[in-house]
Amino acid sequence: MNQRKQLVVVGHGMVGHRFVQAAIERGLTETHDITILGEEPRPAYDRVALTSFFERGAEALSFLPGGAYDDPRVALRLGAEVVAISPRQRVITLASGEDLHYDELVLATGAFPFVPPVPGKDLKNVFVYRTIEDLEAIRAASRKAKVGAVIGGGLLGLEAANALHQLGLETHVVELAPRLMAVQIDDAAGSTLNRHIETLGLRVHTGAMTEAVLGKDKVTGLALKDRNPLDVDLVVFSAGIRPRDALARAADLDIAERGGILVDEHCRTSDEHIWAIGECAAPGGRMYGLVAPGYTMAEVVVDALLGGEAGSFTGADMSTKLKLLGVDVASFGDAFATDEDALEVVYADAVAGVYKKLVVKELASGGYELLGGILVGDASSYGVLRPLVGSGIELPDNPEGLILPAARGGVSTGSTTDMLPDDAQVCSCNNVTKAEIAAAVSDGGGCDSPACVTACTKAGSTCGSCKTVVKKIVEDHFASVGRVVDRSLCEHFAMTRQELFEVVAVHGYNRFDDIIEGHGRGRGCDICKPAVASVLASLLNHHVLDGANATLQDTNDAYLANLQKNGTYSVVPRIPGGEITPDKLIVIGEVARDYGLYTKITGGQRIDLFGARMEDLPAIWKRLVDAGMESGHAYGKSLRTVKSCVGSTWCRYGVQDSVGMAIELELRYRGLRSPHKLKGGVSGCARECAEARGKDFGVIATEKGWNLYVGGNGGAVPAHAQLLAGDLSREELICYLDRFLMYYIRTADRLQRTSTWLDEIGGLERVREVVVDDSLGLGSELESSMDRHVDSYFDEWKATIEDPEKLSRFVSFVNAPGTPDPHITFTEERGQIRADLVDGPVSLGASIPVGAP
Amino acid sequence: MTTTEARRVAPSRGTSDGAYRDAGTAICPLDRIARESGVAALVDGEAVAVFRTYDDQVFAISNFDPFGRASVLSRGIVGTRGEEEIPFVASPLLKQRFDLRTGACLDDPAVVVPTWDVQVVDGMVVVGARRETITSCEP
Repeated sequence: MNQRKQLVVVGHGMVGHRFVQAAIERGLTETHDITILGEEPRPAYDRVALTSFFERGAEALSFLPGGAYDDPRVALRLGAEVVAISPRQRVITLASGEDLHYDELVLATGAFPFVPPVPGKDLKNVFVYRTIEDLEAIRAASRKAKVGAVIGGGLLGLEAANALHQLGLETHVVELAPRLMAVQIDDAAGSTLNRHIETLGLRVHTGAMTEAVLGKDKVTGLALKDRNPLDVDLVVFSAGIRPRDALARAADLDIAERGGILVDEHCRTSDEHIWAIGECAAPGGRMYGLVAPGYTMAEVVVDALLGGEAGSFTGADMSTKLKLLGVDVASFGDAFATDEDALEVVYADAVAGVYKKLVVKELASGGYELLGGILVGDASSYGVLRPLVGSGIELPDNPEGLILPAARGGVSTGSTTDMLPDDAQVCSCNNVTKAEIAAAVSDGGGCDSPACVTACTKAGSTCGSCKTVVKKIVEDHFASVGRVVDRSLCEHFAMTRQELFEVVAVHGYNRFDDIIEGHGRGRGCDICKPAVASVLASLLNHHVLDGANATLQDTNDAYLANLQKNGTYSVVPRIPGGEITPDKLIVIGEVARDYGLYTKITGGQRIDLFGARMEDLPAIWKRLVDAGMESGHAYGKSLRTVKSCVGSTWCRYGVQDSVGMAIELELRYRGLRSPHKLKGGVSGCARECAEARGKDFGVIATEKGWNLYVGGNGGAVPAHAQLLAGDLSREELICYLDRFLMYYIRTADRLQRTSTWLDEIGGLERVREVVVDDSLGLGSELESSMDRHVDSYFDEWKATIEDPEKLSRFVSFVNAPGTPDPHITFTEERGQIRADLVDGPVSLGASIPVGAP
Repeated sequence: MTTTEARRVAPSRGTSDGAYRDAGTAICPLDRIARESGVAALVDGEAVAVFRTYDDQVFAISNFDPFGRASVLSRGIVGTRGEEEIPFVASPLLKQRFDLRTGACLDDPAVVVPTWDVQVVDGMVVVGARRETITSCEP
């Protein structure tokens, strides 16, 4: 008999989801129907990134935004609470009273936050930090609160403190242990971290025991032992987690001494048909509060249920790397040097706030191997150092070089990836080795980029800390097999746009001929010529139709208008921020009427006039310019619009003048040529009516200033912009935007939008380092090149209609300027013209008189 | 494949229109066409795109883009392809490239646009007769 088995999974968190994914991928659904029950109202989401909920929203965190798995043999039921397990009948009972039969049961119930039994813990405005619902409640309460305290200075507590800080609360962190993150880092690292956090304006109280939460109905304070009470009106407990093992206890399964469902190395409980994975499980009696061990357990159970060679769970790498309140913190391996032969190598720079410690051990050969380490303030070498632990690899002769800054004898961690053995685990969240990454990009693997490797192997897809190492391994692999990743612009230039930009800037070229003679071959094409034109325009801000430049311009730039399908053009005057006077609106209407143009409102809050014949463009623009309008650069790879909502000048909800800011930004960056089109948006409050996060740069007003988001776009692959910096003054906002845009213009590839550029250059963190922290010292240079752009701006249509030489290009036929192009025809639709196409060339016949000019 | 060099034809006398009549339609002085660009001209009622390359050769092909079905080829970017430096224009609509010498589409050999004889006579660009249709497959 070939009956399908029923597999029930209790808990749709990160680990439960991972289990189902692995079960589908590895064929378990060929023999089993899976029912997965989630208690929360939404499908599994990325709890590791919980803090980013405020800026990214629930949708971005979701692992299953559609709410269903592709495999029809998997049923996901949300809002389904399990209240009992009957192992003998193999039945579970739901809160609704429904019974479900199972052949195999997997418990992935996770953990709950531990709240110590202090008086006042049940008052209003006391929260925990575990689910999206918790965060929503904290956010709602924070609107009326001023001061918050987080009880617990561990990893999660600092995440919670970060959240309160982001919500604009004055924030205290109360930790019982003598230092922050006591489990992961040592005293010296703890005090380095303390200083960083206090610099940000948070107050840290270590060695402080919470005696009571004060208040009658709502929190008014926090009583600490032997210290003055804190005046706070919001409290978040983050004092550790406890396994959710109550169901298992009630079903008489074996429970570990310190809690958690006791399982063997295959994650099987004391009942042979019940398995437990993730935080609710205690393999060998120990529970693991990280996601990576949970993922491993999920794979182990899939192994066992497939019935083949079963994997086993024999302990986990508890390494951690995270960015807390903008501070890098990492701890890996034997961080506390518990091995009796361990030696410590420490580098500390109190001024810069950097602390790095390596724990090493002498090998019989006289060299050293790495046992573990702690990094605070700069964890860039984590990706390379962690896989060295336990690899048996001998460190270089001077292990301190691995943690010293480059200027003081340090080695670039990039060059150390080749030290890694093939079986080194590069991604600890998803257990991906260096060999697996290399296999993915080898001939059989089919990946051709780091992003593809991340998608296919999952390396770097959870916490992202290994992404730079993945990238380096991929590049090294290509180099080792002699495969040149061809990043040439085209057949004429064997260089990227970024390299081309540098070449042009360094040599001070201003002519295409000099550039291609010096650095290219042939005479160029429709790819490199517009790219050179864009680079020259960004650097020189000259008129794009000056001299020989005119022949480099792409279709639309060549005539300063957008070519449409029937050979006519569309015209878009600039309407900064979408604000326009009735008089200008009337002029636009009159021009459209007089030239018979089709008129449509654009998505960027301006007006597009279609169907203009090339020879009419100068006269059309003359009227627009005379009425005080200027080019909208709708035809250029350049700044298009800065969209705005109406903002505080009219809106009842607005907190800042979004229209004024949008106009200022649009006028500042108008005419700026860039690798691709650039769009901006400014919203006057968090309701975000300007859809600013769908733009390359989006500005959203806060009570205290402006939040700057970057890297968004609409189009075929939409991307939400990400928060670069918050609560900025006008001056800071413009400074960061100047830097961001110039950095993008210098380093992006041809036709690369900011979102893909951001990913390629190393993500938001990297851009923040360069733009906000000015880590490359480029800040003032980027700002001054933007200043030059702003100072040298001119309206290119006004300049065109004043220059007879440029105007001479705008004719239908060079030898018959009075004859309109007979191919251009229109039909009428809804009271306006519509472009029509002809079937073939249209002859006017030889009778039309034609004279040589 | 046919290669056409621009030939200089000695004018008979003077520089009036009559001087070029035998050669075809005088459309403009060579200087009116920027190097590596094109202009549209009306030749016997038909729209012809006339190009001047880097080395001052001139070429004339139909202005009509058979892919986009619009009369626009003279507005495309002029460049060269490959070691043999085939001069081409890329349509401004969807960027298909056409060999300026033969009118053959470099991206789709089945498509060929008509070509015209063209020469520079005493500094004046003169478009002659429309050529017999050729395909890129012919020798």
